[in-house]
Amino acid sequence: MSGRALTPPQTVGPFFHIMLREPMNALATPQTAGTRIRIEGFVYDGDRAVVPDAMVEIWQANAAGRYRHPADLRPAPLDPAFVGFGRCGTDERGFYSFDTIKPGSVPFDAQRVQAPHISMLVFARGLLDHLRTRAYFDDERANADDPVLHLVPQQRRPTLLAKHRPDAGRVVYRFDIVLQGDGETVFFDL
Amino acid sequence: MDGPGRDPSTFPPYLYEAYRATVRRSPKQPLIPLPQTLSEITGPGPAMSAALHQTVQGAVSAEDTDLTTNMGTGTEAMGERIIVTGRVLDEHGAPLVGTLVEIWQTNAAGRYRHRVDQHHAPLDPNFLGYGRCLTDTSGVYRFVTIRPGAYPWQNHPNAWRPAHIHFSLFGPSWVSRLVTQMYFPGDPLQPLDPIFNSVPTDAARVRLVAQYAHDVTQEGYALGFRFDIVLRGPRATPFEPFEAAQRATR
Repeated sequence: MSGRALTPPQTVGPFFHIMLREPMNALATPQTAGTRIRIEGFVYDGDRAVVPDAMVEIWQANAAGRYRHPADLRPAPLDPAFVGFGRCGTDERGFYSFDTIKPGSVPFDAQRVQAPHISMLVFARGLLDHLRTRAYFDDERANADDPVLHLVPQQRRPTLLAKHRPDAGRVVYRFDIVLQGDGETVFFDL
Repeated sequence: MDGPGRDPSTFPPYLYEAYRATVRRSPKQPLIPLPQTLSEITGPGPAMSAALHQTVQGAVSAEDTDLTTNMGTGTEAMGERIIVTGRVLDEHGAPLVGTLVEIWQTNAAGRYRHRVDQHHAPLDPNFLGYGRCLTDTSGVYRFVTIRPGAYPWQNHPNAWRPAHIHFSLFGPSWVSRLVTQMYFPGDPLQPLDPIFNSVPTDAARVRLVAQYAHDVTQEGYALGFRFDIVLRGPRATPFEPFEAAQRATR
């Protein structure tokens, strides 16, 4: 096959809001199936200063564990009221949030399943390429057998767990992203 | 399904001290290799393209692709009119059809329409600085815009960003997501720019520089530039194992 050399990435810079034409952090509509959740958190740098100019993108399966994508050929149902993509710029406090539903489990390989998770990308001024991570749910028993979490040294796994807290009848998960230093979030080479 | 994906001859390191903002924002721990599972070989690209396709009813509108007029004021933006076009390909050279391409840029004076931009160059009331389109059946995108300006920034004394256009693409999967910058040929600021220089090899930096294309240049109207973009693809197509997994769980 004739290989083509990849186009290198460059930083998103501080002016990406020009591209954020409309809010894209409400993934669930009243018709969407599944448990409503909010996932939210702060983005921090190596000085524990907030990062007010980051952009977080998420991608997830629907409540039945099906991705809206032609490569997901499984019979689990698509939800006409759910795509699974969200994008949110952090505010001046370095805070982002998504209103979505809890995703179902998806396969890892022929034998194993993955615990419910949300794939995340982080873009910012000062990030020459985006960072890739995942948010798992800290109250999910399936985490114990998740093949990806098992690739992560045990002492670093908590950085991938979104922490559940009840909040006025809503289900909120807190997922802070630490770009560097103490409690540095696990980022993946993909 | 395994092996690192960020080829060190193409991908900038996260820590590149000449670009000061990387010093406190780059991870210090090694990245952990992640197998490409169903979560990574899928992605929002196809759904985003389908939504846009519906919005514009099957045709990309001039509103999105012509940045010289898409502010909607009825008056053209100031500056040197240019056409920027190219193909979006995968690593095997296959065109990526119907892929969303978004761009943003400064106006001709080097000023972004953004509250954070304090450069005291004039805003152009007739220039928005954002465009988007879907690639056609040959993987080709095309924008009409104005040549962006260079602008000063605070990274080091007398620091200037070379003229560039920001590009954002989803491609077919989570792996293929790309945000990058396109530069112009012959710009003397490029070798002085730490963001451009963060790309580790000459061969890879060249791939961020558009080529002047006289066949794209439109007589009496605009200069043409060609900028092809190559996105990563999945390393494996593990559909069969997933179907097997499905059978196994029944």
